[in-house]
Amino acid sequence: MPTSAGVEACLPIGSDLDLVWVRQHVRQAAARLGFGLVEQTKLVTAASELARNTLVHGGGGRMDSAQVTRGRAVGLRLAFSDDGPGIADLELALKDGYTSGGGLGMGLGGARRLVHEFSLESTVGVGTTVTVVSWASAPPRLREEF
Amino acid sequence: MPEQEAAGTQGSPADEVGAFLRRRREQIAQRWADESMFRTVFTVSRDEAAEAARHVVDALAEVADAERMHDTDAAGFTVVREQLARMGAARSRAGFTTAQVSAEVEGLRPPALNLLISDLKDAPAERVRDCTTALTVLMGTLRLVVLDTALSEGQALIERQQLQLLEVATPVIKLWDGIVAVPLIGTLDSARSQVVMETLLEAIVEQHARFAILDITGVPTVDSLVAQHLMKTVAAARLMGAECVVSGIRPAIAQTIVHLGLDLGTVVTRASLADALAYALHELGAGIVGPAADGARLR
Repeated sequence: MPTSAGVEACLPIGSDLDLVWVRQHVRQAAARLGFGLVEQTKLVTAASELARNTLVHGGGGRMDSAQVTRGRAVGLRLAFSDDGPGIADLELALKDGYTSGGGLGMGLGGARRLVHEFSLESTVGVGTTVTVVSWASAPPRLREEF
Repeated sequence: MPEQEAAGTQGSPADEVGAFLRRRREQIAQRWADESMFRTVFTVSRDEAAEAARHVVDALAEVADAERMHDTDAAGFTVVREQLARMGAARSRAGFTTAQVSAEVEGLRPPALNLLISDLKDAPAERVRDCTTALTVLMGTLRLVVLDTALSEGQALIERQQLQLLEVATPVIKLWDGIVAVPLIGTLDSARSQVVMETLLEAIVEQHARFAILDITGVPTVDSLVAQHLMKTVAAARLMGAECVVSGIRPAIAQTIVHLGLDLGTVVTRASLADALAYALHELGAGIVGPAADGARLR
């Protein structure tokens, strides 16, 4: 039976070393909630992308992780927030290949494809919060859409 | 007006404390040698503990003379800093927390303070208060110096280990004439990937390598930055005339790369290091021949 111990956390994102910490925490939390290896790897990779965005574009911030349940499904919610410059054009930022930081431009859009639920809130000059949810097994039926 | 009065008679409280520390050097050192801070570190002989305590008393007296009771960077502390670091490290190794080490240093204050008070029994109450305050401040500063030294020791250790990791984790292995391999392990951040690229390119020149195999079996997460580093390394190796093969792509990583939308189409990839070696050998025109015509065949 998965428990929420070790899943709830708020981790600072201020350096490359913090990214390692974020990845390890997400991997352990996902494993604890019963994620399969593929889902674990996908969520950890998405977390790595988003945490790096928080660091590079947002100038640092934090990640909050929490367990979520819907019916019998168990999932992990990760929220990455920063007080950085914000994103002016959300459509453009999510577009594959667009980058403002010298990367491949796959991070944000790629992360969206790696998780089950993805939401992006950003206000120019105030900051950005990206919240993602992945479910341990198949996503709950009421949201299934292909 | 304690300042003016003091200046006229016995000097400032700091001077008084400095003079007291030199006058009572031996008594304080003997008392401190029995405190756990010294007793448990210098276990060989009590003389050794007393000698170490004398050094600390001398340092404190020098700091007091310089009227820099608050200053953890005071010149007086530099002589004992190494010794304090050794003591702090010994306590950490024994499993003591920072708070416990701090409490042990604090334990040195009462014996010294009691001596000072007994020395000042004929002095006016105000003078006693000023001098004990000065000594208390000085002991507080000593406590900070010990903690500061212990922390910076820890920081230095971490930095040394980070450098060691950079070196250790990137061996270039010659697998065959013209074939080198780098088993990548752990996090591939910018600093690490720079080291990988440099060592690999040097090895390509040294070994006259035609093929370089980058094995990522030990890399837990391949995100877009890691992929970008890999592709840059591949492109650089290609400029040097070597073809790169990325091996050790596990099923979960493969699915993640596809979902992420990364295009590794320009890079030759193989599931395992063995497959990559077989591919490189084949491309070099070197085949693997069994001991006999009907012998067991590889794979």
